[in-house]
Amino acid sequence: MSFFTKSTSTTTKPAAQPRQVPWVEKYRPESLDDVSSQDHAVSVLKRTLESANLPHMLFYGPPGTGKTSTILALAKQLYGPDLMRSRVLELNASDERGIAIVREKVKNFARAAVSTPSAHTRQNYPCPPYKLIILDEADSMTQDAQSALRRTMETYSRITRFCLICNYVTRIIEPLASRCSKFRFKPLETGNAVSRLQDICQKEGVKYEDGVIESILQASDGDLRKAITLLQSAAKLHGAAAATPADDDDADSSAAMQVDSDPTVVTVPSVEEISGRVPHDIIMGLITAALNRSGDRFAGLQAAVEDVILDGWSAAQIVVQVHDELVLSDDFGGSEKNKIVAAISEIDKRLLDGASEHLSILDLMVKISGVLTAT
Amino acid sequence: MALWVDKYRPKSLEHLSYHQELSDRLSSLALSGDFPHLLVYGPSGAGKKTRIIATLKELYGPGVNKIKIDSRVFQTSSSRKLEFNVVSSVYHMEITPSDMGNNDRLIIQDLLKEVAQTQQVDLSAKQRFKVVIINEADSLTRDAQAALRRTMEKYSPNLRLILLANSTSNIIAPIRSRTLLVRVAAPSHTEIQEILSQIANKEKFTLPPRVAERIARESGRNLRKAILTLEALYSQNDKLSDSTSIPTPDWEVVVNSIVDIVIQERNAAGILKARTKFYDLLSHCIPAGIILKTLLFKLLDRVDTGLKPEVVYWAAFYEHRLHQGSKVIFHLEAFVAKFMRILERYMSGMLDDDMDM
Repeated sequence: MSFFTKSTSTTTKPAAQPRQVPWVEKYRPESLDDVSSQDHAVSVLKRTLESANLPHMLFYGPPGTGKTSTILALAKQLYGPDLMRSRVLELNASDERGIAIVREKVKNFARAAVSTPSAHTRQNYPCPPYKLIILDEADSMTQDAQSALRRTMETYSRITRFCLICNYVTRIIEPLASRCSKFRFKPLETGNAVSRLQDICQKEGVKYEDGVIESILQASDGDLRKAITLLQSAAKLHGAAAATPADDDDADSSAAMQVDSDPTVVTVPSVEEISGRVPHDIIMGLITAALNRSGDRFAGLQAAVEDVILDGWSAAQIVVQVHDELVLSDDFGGSEKNKIVAAISEIDKRLLDGASEHLSILDLMVKISGVLTAT
Repeated sequence: MALWVDKYRPKSLEHLSYHQELSDRLSSLALSGDFPHLLVYGPSGAGKKTRIIATLKELYGPGVNKIKIDSRVFQTSSSRKLEFNVVSSVYHMEITPSDMGNNDRLIIQDLLKEVAQTQQVDLSAKQRFKVVIINEADSLTRDAQAALRRTMEKYSPNLRLILLANSTSNIIAPIRSRTLLVRVAAPSHTEIQEILSQIANKEKFTLPPRVAERIARESGRNLRKAILTLEALYSQNDKLSDSTSIPTPDWEVVVNSIVDIVIQERNAAGILKARTKFYDLLSHCIPAGIILKTLLFKLLDRVDTGLKPEVVYWAAFYEHRLHQGSKVIFHLEAFVAKFMRILERYMSGMLDDDMDM
């Protein structure tokens, strides 16, 4: 009996698997040409493709700008799918960091002999005679682990190339950084990101109303990964993903979906909702209450803050958006903005320490109101 | 006999009375077969848990209502044994890791891994994954949240997490980006009134609309509090009329008396008196944060507008200290002393502009 149960469970599992691939993985660039925006880095790397000589590399830049995608695409183009397994070691530093890993796993891989490619692979790909070690999130590696890398990088440089990926180049110790050629990854330009998202929408059959793409990009500030994840959640929420059922389990649900096809269109409010962003008019409501010069300003503000908190908006998010709204506004002078930013930084720290959201936001808004109406 | 709060708790998504759109979304998620990790946030009494249990029912059918409570024993690294209660059904499990304080990482690692590594036993189950509900996710330590991050990715075929939190501020960004955020806003006053009158109908007594309105306002948009108040009112009075007064909870009466003391006796004796009251409240397990917050809003009602910003500033300041310090009574007293001083200075007309400290 137990055999039967086992076999059925294993046969049903693969059926569920393909739908669970996050779009971020699904739409990772296949080749360097597909990488959006990063023209400089891509053009340099393409040249190395032709000459088949690669320096040690250090990629740095904000999250979601395509650092990992670029190096994976490069590796694919260099080695082809068959050789990838034996030639590339990808280590996600955030889970297995520490000196032990560097000493054992990295070093063993680095000193292993270079495998010989099959004739077929050699025909289609450059197959340079070295291996590639990708250390993702290298800035979260300990100093010790980084120092342990120094010698390894040099000793085996004949047969191994390293690619370090990090968000903050300052966290990479100088001796490592000086051994690598650095590539800075800029935040994505809006144009590129828009076309990328539109492309995905088309391929996935996601219907969306005007302005959705823009609000997704706004919510993800330049982070394409976040944008794509958001898009997927939004699509999921609106049942668009269920429109292409993979197995019969979904037959009844998709039938239910088609009864009213309207909800499958992704809307701007729903994007804002799942991104956790507070709608603009709520933020403006708070600010207007703070600016109100007539009547009982304090009472109005107190009520406005209470409403916002009871509606469950995240205080940290409110702080960020109030900051954006006021600091980028042209209506206020430098000295006022100074004071506001000082107040905001204080409150941000308090929220992180776990102080009450209600009191913190009230304090912040009262302070802002005091600053803005002082003149 | 069950409390009305439990008796009239909606059992399925279509019975939920407000946030219709949200209920629709949850049910379409439950039906789509590809259920994401959820992070449900909103103020207390807004119906987060009710909504989630209803969603689970949608996912698995009535089996989720058969729950049992297990007591599990965990061993910390310093080989101390800890007991931990787990509420579970065949399909889901509900835990409150923050009960364990700093050892919550242990629960996350051990318990979740154990759940995640076993497959759904019941073959007739509608879903192949199990659901773990984590209560009070915002009070999880950073370590525990970091541990969650790996678990969520690694075991996603077998396990879905539903995190319940009052706010997303204390949830680390990697978790937020891995979950679908679901905001549950508190019900509005009218929505509470409707629910109250529905309950009154079912219990077969008349609830004057004026009373319903007052209860709704008093509850501060907390539905649970509103229903509890209604039940208390009903059991205390034979007949509800417009003039029926709503009893204030005992602890609020104490806070009120503190307010009186603080405003009238602005001296050391006053602080001493307030201290006794504070100890009284604290020994009855009223959280210090709530005492301070209630005290502030009651004080705000009593002082001049010009003073309010300063009072708010100091309340927020000491509230922050409450969380950083170890002994809450110091900070409560400090606030009271500060307030007395502010008021004293204001009364003697020496209020000068030193607001921007």
